[in-house]
Amino acid sequence: MSKNPFPLDKQGLLEAYRTMRTIREFEERVHNEFAKGDIPGFVHLYAGEEASGTGIMMHLNDRDRIASTHRGHGHCIAKGVDVKEMMGEIYGKAMGSCRGKGGSMHIADLSKGMMGANGILGAGAPLACGAALAAKFRGDGGVGISFVGDGASNQGMFLESLNLAAVWNLPAIFVVENNGYAESTSREYAVAVDSYVDRAAGFGLPGVTVDGTDFFAVYEAAGEIIKRAREGGGPALLECKMIRFFGHFEGDQQTYRGKGEVEHIRANQDCIKLFADKVLDAGVIKRPELEAIDKEIVKLIDEAVITAKAAPLPTAKDLMTDVYVTY
Amino acid sequence: MARKISMRQALNEALDQEMARDPTVFVMGEDIVGGMGGDGEKDAWGGVLGVTKGLYAKYGDRLLDTPLSESAYIGAAVGAAACGMRPVAELMFIDFMGVCFDEIFNQAAKFKYMFGGKAETPVVIRTMIGGGFRAAAQHSQVLTPLFTHIPGLKVVVPSNAYDAKGLLIQSIRDNDPVIFCEHKNLYGLETDVPQESYAIPFGEANVVREGKHVTIVTYGMMVHRALDAAAALAKDKVECEVIDLRTLSPIDWDTVLESVENTGRLVCVDEAHPRCSIASDVSAKVSQEIFKALKAGIQMVTSPHTPVPFSPSLEDIYLPSADKIATAVRKTMAN
Amino acid sequence: MSEKRIIPIVMPKWGLSMAEGKLASWLMKDGDSVKAGDQLLEVETDKIAGAVEANEGGILRRRIGQEDTIYPIKTLIGVVADADVPDADIDAFVGSYVVPVAEEGEEEAAGPRYEFADTAAGRLRYTKRGSDDNTVLLIHGFGGDLDNWLFNADALAEGATVYALDLPGHGQSTKKVDEPTVAGLAKAVLSFMDTVKIDKAHLVGHSMGGAVAIEVARLAKPRVKSVTLISSAGLGPDINMDYIDGFVASASRRDLKPVLENLFADSGLVSRQMVDDLLKYKRLDGVGDALTALKNGVFAGGRQAALLADALAASGVPALVVWGAEDKIVPAAHATAAKGAKVEIIEGAGHMVQMEQAGRVNGLIKVMIGG
Repeated sequence: MSKNPFPLDKQGLLEAYRTMRTIREFEERVHNEFAKGDIPGFVHLYAGEEASGTGIMMHLNDRDRIASTHRGHGHCIAKGVDVKEMMGEIYGKAMGSCRGKGGSMHIADLSKGMMGANGILGAGAPLACGAALAAKFRGDGGVGISFVGDGASNQGMFLESLNLAAVWNLPAIFVVENNGYAESTSREYAVAVDSYVDRAAGFGLPGVTVDGTDFFAVYEAAGEIIKRAREGGGPALLECKMIRFFGHFEGDQQTYRGKGEVEHIRANQDCIKLFADKVLDAGVIKRPELEAIDKEIVKLIDEAVITAKAAPLPTAKDLMTDVYVTY
Repeated sequence: MARKISMRQALNEALDQEMARDPTVFVMGEDIVGGMGGDGEKDAWGGVLGVTKGLYAKYGDRLLDTPLSESAYIGAAVGAAACGMRPVAELMFIDFMGVCFDEIFNQAAKFKYMFGGKAETPVVIRTMIGGGFRAAAQHSQVLTPLFTHIPGLKVVVPSNAYDAKGLLIQSIRDNDPVIFCEHKNLYGLETDVPQESYAIPFGEANVVREGKHVTIVTYGMMVHRALDAAAALAKDKVECEVIDLRTLSPIDWDTVLESVENTGRLVCVDEAHPRCSIASDVSAKVSQEIFKALKAGIQMVTSPHTPVPFSPSLEDIYLPSADKIATAVRKTMAN
Repeated sequence: MSEKRIIPIVMPKWGLSMAEGKLASWLMKDGDSVKAGDQLLEVETDKIAGAVEANEGGILRRRIGQEDTIYPIKTLIGVVADADVPDADIDAFVGSYVVPVAEEGEEEAAGPRYEFADTAAGRLRYTKRGSDDNTVLLIHGFGGDLDNWLFNADALAEGATVYALDLPGHGQSTKKVDEPTVAGLAKAVLSFMDTVKIDKAHLVGHSMGGAVAIEVARLAKPRVKSVTLISSAGLGPDINMDYIDGFVASASRRDLKPVLENLFADSGLVSRQMVDDLLKYKRLDGVGDALTALKNGVFAGGRQAALLADALAASGVPALVVWGAEDKIVPAAHATAAKGAKVEIIEGAGHMVQMEQAGRVNGLIKVMIGG
């Protein structure tokens, strides 16, 4: 057995792989099923970005809260939301995470600290401040983490939240998942500063930029920032530079991307491949161990799709429920 | 023990008693303490109109002065509520909700439903409404219908100190998001208020005057204008029943319909603009449900379809008055 | 001399907050012969409607107040005088009548003020009227308060010192009820008597307050001169649980009003203000728990838990039993259980007989207390 050069033990490494593979398989499958026309509404897929959500979420427990984005499936899975219920929700079924009332863009599970995917870009940032504020009031060492894309990083509510978190010294962390595109508009066009570290500095909080396709880079940077926040050190910004495999939404022809861009990144910048190569090269994990996980996941997602397709739809009696606690 | 106190004091007492009772209650907003970070005294303001004055000395860090940053701090209040706290956030003027409406109507209002019932968001947003302060177009509006329109929000408008205390306590204890609207001209009004804590349930209109000829349905400041009109009309033997809705969402349709069934005449009074207002909402409901009970066309007395003007001469014409209400009542009586 | 025979009839002041009242209708006409206790006219306030009764006999000489018109309290609305008083004297009396103006502080000195006593059972609210060696203590029923004696306390205070209290869990007294039973409330009454230094008193109890009065007599016979039991609990097992449950559960005007209508023979007496005042009480923190505890303690299993007729007889304390014939809460038939007591069943009245037929009830109590 060779020496483990990684910040996680073998079990941790296998868990990280399992999470990333689950997200990938889930998203690939949704992509295929959506193309068949079986899935209603909009879906925005996280494939290619798995290292970011996974590397961060491995530091969190259920009392830590995250506020996600419209591209939220990966965050949900990494935060422990039930995969079958998620698939059911995407199909609009009564057994879904939100009983079929939220859909892909609103999957949430407060008991897991998942405050919801969010259809409003940037809206999660103030919510995460609120989660951080609640943790601070309770003194329970919890943190609030907000995810935004490079696009939503221009929203007023995101920028206001940076200031608020700094003024109140909240255990809040702002993760910018910079995949280079806000819908079809390049980050180069829409974000005036080159570095999010500079933007963070402008609001009085530390910022770190990492290669978001490198699981270990994300894991280590997030670990430091989260530990600091838990200990009362205040908020920070983490930029993960990463890659989107699919379009902004399913059905996006991606004509705005360069020729061969997607093929290139799939071949050379696939965060899961990069992770697997590293752990295999180091000899810490053997290929059959990964393949065994792959098999289990294919089966899990297959079951999730079969279950979701077969599950009953919500009915008229569900329309009026859960608008209020009491009314 | 009941004694006369102002609506300002009643609101302060409600916050005080609920903060003492429940450690998850905290209060946030712009200048609700005042003087933070400066060299002078803390609790310099206690809110722009002094509602939170004195609470800082008792509860310290559970009163949070915020940057002028409504979308961040209203959103933080919503987030904290979804994480088990009971924040009372002060949004100084309802006119300012334009910069934080998303956090209210897309987030707070929808969590419960869009997360399949798995979230509760017990946040209270206290905000000032109303004209008569010569505060012009961006500090005088009554935007209650905008909030009433949104499923998931509750909308509360007290017309006196007793109701203000009981409704604010209910708002804080309630498990849904509440928009709590305080009319600027009512803060000084004194009524009998028990010292003890009490909660007024939502969806309970108050019949503030009984009468058999005409039903006047209103809320907030306009309750007092309607009562003035009713007193004047009583001299001519026209007896008005005046209903103070108290909460606009939920709304007490039963009390309204029962009253109109008895009187057969309805005047809806609303300080908001006429289109898609509480007045038009009540009018529509009554026409739909009990058209045959009506002896005359429904009258609406509202502000006009204009922004709130500044000059006193214009604002006085803009606002619904007891005279306008009395004229509307006489119109229904003419049929 | 003649002035003594001219008796002004004025708009009464019922309770601390009344400022004006509506003369609803005259019940007699000019020239009618009037004896003390006769009902002269009906007055409506925002709280309650009631009859104004003659304090002394004579002839109704002048109806001054117009029907369907509101008058401030103390306004002259009629004149009773002997037949031989000349019309001119009546005219002069009316012409020169001046509404007495309350002097500085007079309001408090003349009328009752709410006071509070810190007793072993907690802080209890009470009023005290009159100053006589003979003391009367008025004890309200389930869900009631000292204002239930609005039409009685002043009349009784003409010849006695009259205390009325809010029991624990009621009115503005503590909402903590240590022992939610008739016996527990009786102990609270005794500790109230200790605190305000009432050595001995005539007890007048309404409904559940009647059972409490009997229990006080049982526990401390030397301190009880007599008991007057009005529509009383404690004399039989029956109780209208729909009323009790409805009273405890109702949180809205629309729910509570029909429940309260059970209290009166004339349901029209339940005014908007009466309902509103009760809702204000019911909304106070702790009231729901207090009423539920009392409901479960005093009316366990839908029956009256404390049956005290034998204890009453055994105590030997003089007893008067008064009932409204149309009582829908506690059946008037229970009156027969009070052996040896004087029993009066009053027609045209319901459970709140002391409000609906205040003059009759006051007269009976006055005889009982020797006033």
